[in-house]
Amino acid sequence: MSTLKDVSGTHSAAESSVKISCRSVWKVYGDNVSQRYPALAGQHSDPAALRKALLSEGLIVAASDVSFDVRSGEIFIIMGLSGSGKSTMVRCLSRLVEPTAGEVLLDGEDLLSANDAELIKIRRHRMGMVFQNFGLMPHLTVLENIGFPLKLQGKSSRERVARAKEVIELVGLEGREDSFPRELSGGQQQRVGIARSLAVEPDVWLLDEPFSALDPLIRRQMQDEFLRLQTLLNKTIVFITHDFLEALRLADRIAIMKDGQLVQLGTPTELVLNPANDYVAEFTKDVPRDRVITVGELIENASSDVPVDAPRIASKTTLDVVMPMFESHPGGVVVDSEGVTLGVVTPARVIQALAQHQSSS
Amino acid sequence: MNSSPQSESANYSPTSLGASLSGFWIWLVVLIVSAVLIWLAPNAAWLAKPPVDWVLPIADYTNQFMQVLVNVAKPMFRLIGEWFAIPMEALQGILQWLPWPATIAIFAAFAWVAAGWKLSLFTVLALMYMVITGYWSPSMNTLGTVLVSIPLALLLGFGLAVITYDSPKVNRVVQPLLDFMQTVPTFAYLIPIMLLFGFGPVVGVVASAIYACPPMVRNMIVGLQQVSPDVLESGRMSGATPMQLFWQVRIPNAMSTIMVGINQATMAALSMVIIAAIIGSSADIGWEVLNQMRKARFGESLIAGLVIALFAMVLDRISMGFSNRSRAIARQHAALTVRAAPWVLALAVVVLCSVFAPQLTWLSVWPEQWEFYPADAINNALKYVTAEYSSLMKTIKNSALFYFLLPIRIGFSKAISPFSWGFALEPWMMHAYAAAAAVIALLGAWRFSWRFSVGVVIATTLLWYGMTGLPWVVFILVVSTIAWQVADWRVGLLSLFAWLFMVVTGIWEQAMLSVAMCLAAVMVCLLLGGMIGIWASRSDRVSAFIRPINDTLQSMPLFVILIPFLMFFQIGEFTSFLAIIAYAIVPCIRYTEHGLRGVPESTVEAATSMGCTPRQLLWNVKLPLALPQIMLGLNQTVMFALAMLVITALVGSKGLGQSVYIALSNSDAGQGLVAGFGMAFIAIVTDRVLQGWSLRRQRELGLVS
Ligand SMILES: Nc1ncnc2c1ncn2[C@@H]1O[C@H](COP(=O)(O)OP(=O)(O)O)[C@@H](O)[C@H]1O
Ligand SMILES: [Mg+2]
Repeated sequence: MSTLKDVSGTHSAAESSVKISCRSVWKVYGDNVSQRYPALAGQHSDPAALRKALLSEGLIVAASDVSFDVRSGEIFIIMGLSGSGKSTMVRCLSRLVEPTAGEVLLDGEDLLSANDAELIKIRRHRMGMVFQNFGLMPHLTVLENIGFPLKLQGKSSRERVARAKEVIELVGLEGREDSFPRELSGGQQQRVGIARSLAVEPDVWLLDEPFSALDPLIRRQMQDEFLRLQTLLNKTIVFITHDFLEALRLADRIAIMKDGQLVQLGTPTELVLNPANDYVAEFTKDVPRDRVITVGELIENASSDVPVDAPRIASKTTLDVVMPMFESHPGGVVVDSEGVTLGVVTPARVIQALAQHQSSS
Repeated sequence: MNSSPQSESANYSPTSLGASLSGFWIWLVVLIVSAVLIWLAPNAAWLAKPPVDWVLPIADYTNQFMQVLVNVAKPMFRLIGEWFAIPMEALQGILQWLPWPATIAIFAAFAWVAAGWKLSLFTVLALMYMVITGYWSPSMNTLGTVLVSIPLALLLGFGLAVITYDSPKVNRVVQPLLDFMQTVPTFAYLIPIMLLFGFGPVVGVVASAIYACPPMVRNMIVGLQQVSPDVLESGRMSGATPMQLFWQVRIPNAMSTIMVGINQATMAALSMVIIAAIIGSSADIGWEVLNQMRKARFGESLIAGLVIALFAMVLDRISMGFSNRSRAIARQHAALTVRAAPWVLALAVVVLCSVFAPQLTWLSVWPEQWEFYPADAINNALKYVTAEYSSLMKTIKNSALFYFLLPIRIGFSKAISPFSWGFALEPWMMHAYAAAAAVIALLGAWRFSWRFSVGVVIATTLLWYGMTGLPWVVFILVVSTIAWQVADWRVGLLSLFAWLFMVVTGIWEQAMLSVAMCLAAVMVCLLLGGMIGIWASRSDRVSAFIRPINDTLQSMPLFVILIPFLMFFQIGEFTSFLAIIAYAIVPCIRYTEHGLRGVPESTVEAATSMGCTPRQLLWNVKLPLALPQIMLGLNQTVMFALAMLVITALVGSKGLGQSVYIALSNSDAGQGLVAGFGMAFIAIVTDRVLQGWSLRRQRELGLVS
C-alpha cells in the first residue's frame, strides 16, 4: 500500500503554490461566544479538550480546529453530511462567516485582519461564489444579474453588458439575456449563478453545493461543463458537496468533514483505498475500485518486453477504462505523461491491486 | 366499530393526560370559587360592581399632563402643523384649480399603468360620479389631505422599519407600540392631536399618518427580514457595501411585500382622513357625509357615502395594481411608445383643458343644472319601503334585541319579562335551566371531554347573568384563566392586568357593554362567515363572486358602512350590530375558505380512499386541520369588530366607544385615552389568546415548524 501513496505524490498540483491556507479555524455559535470562547480556550490548550468543553457548555461547534491548504489551480472539495460544517468552512474563506478563532491566509495575506473596505475589494476582484439556491436577484434579468457585481463596482453600462455577454457565451446561455430568473429552469439558473461569479474574473472560485438542487441528469451535465470551464479558466476552486460520487468526478483532493472536524484529507484514491475511519469508509464502500485506482499508481518499470503496438494512455486513466484494452493487448499498456513514457501496466498487476483492495473493504 | 369513550381517552399519551388533568383541577377550583362568589354577590356590593372608591384618577392625571404638555409644546406643534399645512394647501389648491377632466385623465393614466384599461375605465366612471353629483370640490380636498398624509406615513413607516428589522431589541419596543397604534381607537388619539395642533385640517393629516404607519412598518419589516439568505450572501460576495446591500439587494427583494404595505397604508390613511372629519374642520367629503347623516338625510348621505366608497375602491385597486405588477413573474417588455401612451394622453388632456378652461367654464366647475342628485327620489323610496315593511323590520329588530343581544348583555335572568318575551320569569324556569345546563355538561363530559363541560358551564352561567350582571371578580377570574390555559401564563397575567385597568379607571361597565356587543357580533360572524367560507371553499364560482365584495368591504372607510343600515333601522343598537357584522365578517369568510382550501391534497385523498363521505371529510378532516387558520380569521374579526364598535358610537351604540366619542366632543383627553386604552387592551388580550392557540395548534399539526 505504501507504494500507492508514493505515486499519488506525483499529482500535478503538488508543485504549485498555496493559494488559500486555513490554520486552526474555529467557528462556534451560541450566546455570548465572543466572551465564552476565549475563556475556555485559555483553560484548554488541547483542541480536543477545548471542543469537548465547548460542547458541554451547549455551544454549537460548526468548525473545530480545521486546517488545510488549497493549492493554486486545484479543485479542492469539501465533503460531508448535512450539518457537518461545510458551508461554514467555505464562508470562513470569504468571511461571510467570521471565524471565532484561527487564521485564513489568501496569497499569504491575513484575510481576517482585512478591514471592511479591503474585504469588499477582495470580494469584488479576487473571489467568486456560487450558491446552492442560486441567490439570483429576482427583479433583474439574466444580463442584469450577471452584470450586478460590476454594477456595484460602478462600471459603466456598456462595460457591464460587454463582459456579461462574454460570460453568458462561456456558460452557454445565449438567447436568454432578457429572461428573468423565474422563467428559467434550475440548471439554467445555476448557469446564471456561475456566470455571475465569473463576471469579475476572480482567481478563487467558491462553490457551495452548486449542483445539489438540480436533477441527477442535469447535475451530471453541469459537472461536465464545470470541468470544461476549469480547463479553460484554471481557477483555484473550493467546491462543497455532500455527494461522494460528485466529489470523485471533480476532485483533485477531498477534505472530509464530520461534526465540524476535518476527518481526512487526500486524493480520491487515498480516501477510497485508505479510509481514516469508519465514517470515511462508509462513504467509499460502494465506490467501484476500478473507477478510482489509476494506472499511474500501478506502474511497473518499463522492461524490455514492452509490446511494440501497446496503446499509450495517460497516468490519470482509471482501471475501468484500461481493462477492456487488455482483451486485444494482453501484454499490457504503456503509461505516459505528456509524451514521456513512465512504465507499463500489466493485467496481472491490475488483478493484484483489485484483489488487494476488494478484501480491505 | 364499538368505540366507547373509555377507549378514546385511552389514546391520550400519559404526559398529555397529566397536563390535561392539571388543567382539570385548575378549572374545578376556578369554577367552585366563581360559584361561591356569585352566591355571595347579592349581599356584597363590592363584588357585584367594582366599587367607585377603587377608581384612581388616572384620567385626571392624564388631563393634567396633557395640560402641561400643551402649554409647553403647543408653539412647536403649531409650527409643525403650519409646515404640514403648506404642502396640503398647495395640493388642495392645485386639485381645485385643475379642471376636472385633467385630474380624471391623470388618475386614468395611473389606473391604466397599474392594471390596464378596465381599471382605467372604472376610474373614469367613478370620478365622473363625483363630478356629476356635485361632490368634486370636497372630494379633492380629501384627496389633497390623503396625498400629504400617505407620504408622511410611508416615510415614518420606512424609518421605523429600517431601525427595527434587524434588531430584536428595538423590535421588542416597536411591536407593542404598533399594536397600540392600531388598536387604540382613532377617535381617542384625535383628542391629544387636536389639543396639540389645534382645530384644523392638519389634525387629519397627523392622525392619519399615525394610523396608516403600522401596516407599512409591519409589512416592510416582514419583507426586509424575508429576503433569502442566499440572495443576501450573493450580494455580499458580489462586493456590495452595506448601503448597496440595503438599497440594491434588500429593498428590491422586499418590494412586493412593501407594496402590500403601501396599499394597506393608503387605505388606512383614507379611512382616517374621513374619520377626522368628525372634528369638522374642513370642507371635505367626510364632513359632507357626516353632516347629512346627523341631519338624518339618508338619501343625501347615501349619495355622498358612495363618493367615499368609490374613492376607496379607486385608490385600493390602483395601489393593488402596482403591488401586483411588482410581483408579476416578468415585466412586459413593451415598446416605449406603448408604455408612454397613457401618460402622453393624460398630458394632452391636461394641456387642452388648461387652454380651454377660461372659455368653457363647465370644465372647471360642473354647472349646477347639470347635476344629478336623486336624494329626494331615494328618500321617497326609502319612506315607502320603511312604511310598507315597518312591521317586518320591527319584528326582525326586536327579535335580535330581545332574544340575542339582551341576554348576552344582561342575561336571561333580567331579559325575560312580559314586555320582551311575553311572559315573566318563574322560579321553576330557573331550575329547569340549571338542570338542562347540568345535563348537557355531564353528557358532554361523558361523550367528549371535561373541557367541553367547562365551556358549557361558563356559557350557560354567562347567559343567565349577562355580561353586566356577572360579578366582576368572577369575570376577571374566568377570562384570565382561559387566557392562561389557552395561551400561557404570560397572557393570563396580561389579561388580569388589562381587566384590572378597567376597574381602576372606572370604565368597567362600559367595557362590559362593549364586550357584550362585540361577543354577539363575533358569534354571528363566525357562524355566518364560516358557512359562507365553507361554501366558497367548495365552489370556485362562489369564491370568485365573494372575493370582490370582501375586498370592497374591507377597503371601505368605516362609517360609510353605517349608512345603509342606518337608512333602514335608524339610530340604535341594532344598526350598530349589523354594521359591525358587515365589516367584521370578512376575515371569517376569507380565513375559513383559505384554511379549507389549504388542507393538503394528499390528506384529502387519503381520507377519501378510506371511504370518507363529503360530510365526514369536512367535519373530521378539513375543519380540524383548518381550525388554526379559522382562529386567525376570528382574531381579525374581533379586531375589526372593535374598530367598528367605536365608529358605531355615531349611531348610538353604548360602551367604551361611546365614552371615547363623548370625550372627543368634550375635548377630554384623559377620558378619551383611558377608554381608548381599555379597548386596545381588550383587542390585544384577545389577539394574544387566539394567536397563541392558533400557533400552538399549527405546530402540533406540523403545519409550521
Ligand atoms: N447562524 C447559525 N447559528 C447557529 N448555528 C449554526 C448557524 N449556522 C450554522 N449553524 C450550525 O452549524 C453546523 C454546521 O452548519 P453548516 O456549515 O451549514 O453545515 P453543512 O453546510 O455541512 O450542512 C450545523 O449544526 C448548523 O446547525
Ligand atoms: Mg451547507
